[in-house]
Amino acid sequence: MGIIKAVKLCFDYMKYGEDDSKIEKVRAIDDVTLDIKKGDFIAILGHNGSGKSTLAKHMNALLVPTEGTMWVDEIDTSGEEEIWKIRQKAGMVFQNPDNQIIGTVVEEDVGFGPENIGVPTDEIWSRVDDSLSRVGMLKHRKKSPNRLSGGQKQRVAIAGVIAMRPECIVMDEPTAMLDPTGRKDVLRTVHELNEKLGITVILITHYMEEVIGADHVFVMDSGHIVMQGTPREIFTEVDKLKKYRLDVPQVTELAYELRKSGIDIPAGILTREELVEALV
Amino acid sequence: MQLELKNVSYTYGKGTVFEVNALSNIDLAIEEGQFIGIIGHTGSGKSTLIQHFNALMEPTEGKVLFEGEDIWGEKYDRRALRSKVGLVFQYPEHQLFETDVLTDVAFGPKNQGLSKEEAEARAREALVQVGFPEKFYGHSPFELSGGQKRRVAIAGVLAMNPKVLILDEPTAGLDPKGRDEILDQISYLHDQRGITIILVSHSMEDVARYADRLIVVNDGRIPYDGTPREVFAHYKELEKIGLAAPQITYIMHDLAAKGLPVDVQATTIEEAKKSILEALAGKGAKR
Repeated sequence: MGIIKAVKLCFDYMKYGEDDSKIEKVRAIDDVTLDIKKGDFIAILGHNGSGKSTLAKHMNALLVPTEGTMWVDEIDTSGEEEIWKIRQKAGMVFQNPDNQIIGTVVEEDVGFGPENIGVPTDEIWSRVDDSLSRVGMLKHRKKSPNRLSGGQKQRVAIAGVIAMRPECIVMDEPTAMLDPTGRKDVLRTVHELNEKLGITVILITHYMEEVIGADHVFVMDSGHIVMQGTPREIFTEVDKLKKYRLDVPQVTELAYELRKSGIDIPAGILTREELVEALV
Repeated sequence: MQLELKNVSYTYGKGTVFEVNALSNIDLAIEEGQFIGIIGHTGSGKSTLIQHFNALMEPTEGKVLFEGEDIWGEKYDRRALRSKVGLVFQYPEHQLFETDVLTDVAFGPKNQGLSKEEAEARAREALVQVGFPEKFYGHSPFELSGGQKRRVAIAGVLAMNPKVLILDEPTAGLDPKGRDEILDQISYLHDQRGITIILVSHSMEDVARYADRLIVVNDGRIPYDGTPREVFAHYKELEKIGLAAPQITYIMHDLAAKGLPVDVQATTIEEAKKSILEALAGKGAKR
């Protein structure tokens, strides 16, 4: 069994009317089965409302399945007594950096999690040092989070997760509100954590370029997993992706257009280097 | 000239120890009907800049003119100005509040003093223009998808019949299709109604594709102002200030460095494709 495993997972929520009467049941996730290997870098794509955030929230027991089962490091998430253990194993980073920082000083924010689970003081500080240096924010440790850019805030949020010594990080559109440099810095940080510490990463994104370095990609549509494979396998299917309201990286799209015009280059080109190599 | 900033500076906390210059001596002239992209890293001053366009902020120094008139003049009607220069904030769907879509969109024109019927007619027109399906007019705005909510919010500003529409990252958090739909719709409005569009974006690819003029904001100043091709030619300098060029521009530079005679200023897929095909045909290879 992998670090995160779902079998026949379904999730329903209720829509309520003005007078609190139940109107209808909506199935947000429908029969999802997946098994994520420890240490993998996973990307999840899907249009707004496809169910990907709902699925992500199952990975640290913010939601529990209506039907089927979700295991995080072999713990069934539906048992309430294990909930804190699960959240320590799978940390979450959200879209808006301003909604997830609570400390008034960067280092206090990062130490908040470990302190909450009763880690001894010396160890808290060594974890704070280590986590901040891992995300390249050590020199900002004494700053107020208000004085940081969006990308820096997200890296502080990631440091806060790492300080809990998690097995995996689930990130729900962590770069949606960032400028190009902030986006690049966050992505680089996450890849380093994955490579150096072996932390499993689950990245939800609307930026197709961010998916290129992933080991495996899942595409969701109306609560189902409709495609999965390596980034190259996924991005070869340009028309199918567009049908699911998605896209391909610009490089891939340009290569696809050139191929359609009769230029002899391989399908599924993902990077600048590959395209340049194929053309000259 | 439709909108002009003359030597505008804005200082936060003037006279205190926290004094920060958010804008420094900005000179800017915007002609009617332009499609302008504004780029700049977080904290560069671009939000402060756009709030000067519709008198949400008053410059500490300098003048802002709309159609030649000083908007901070004594008798100037700034309330009317804010209908003429519409501003759609980031995540505008957070500002939806009415019980149904049509009433929400009609709120602005009703506030302008129009009758209920007139306001509703304006609302209907605006909803059509943002491509919002009529069968949902009676629905609660809170039941809609992210992309639809955003259309409703944009329609709310459009219903005031603005001459200038400023949008602060209108596609943040939308899926690729939703992003394209919103931008296509904005571009359609620009073409059909001749509205001046000012689009603030973190996506270099989007501004390259839609804007005919790009304004770069950094450290409260405007280091670059020109066509996307001109501005992205400075991609190395842009990287130093937290920005970048569209991916396409990088590919073109790589290809040129390898000896393929392509147009290094291409910023869109269409431009790049055309240039690469021509360059390859010239070499007579790979066909």
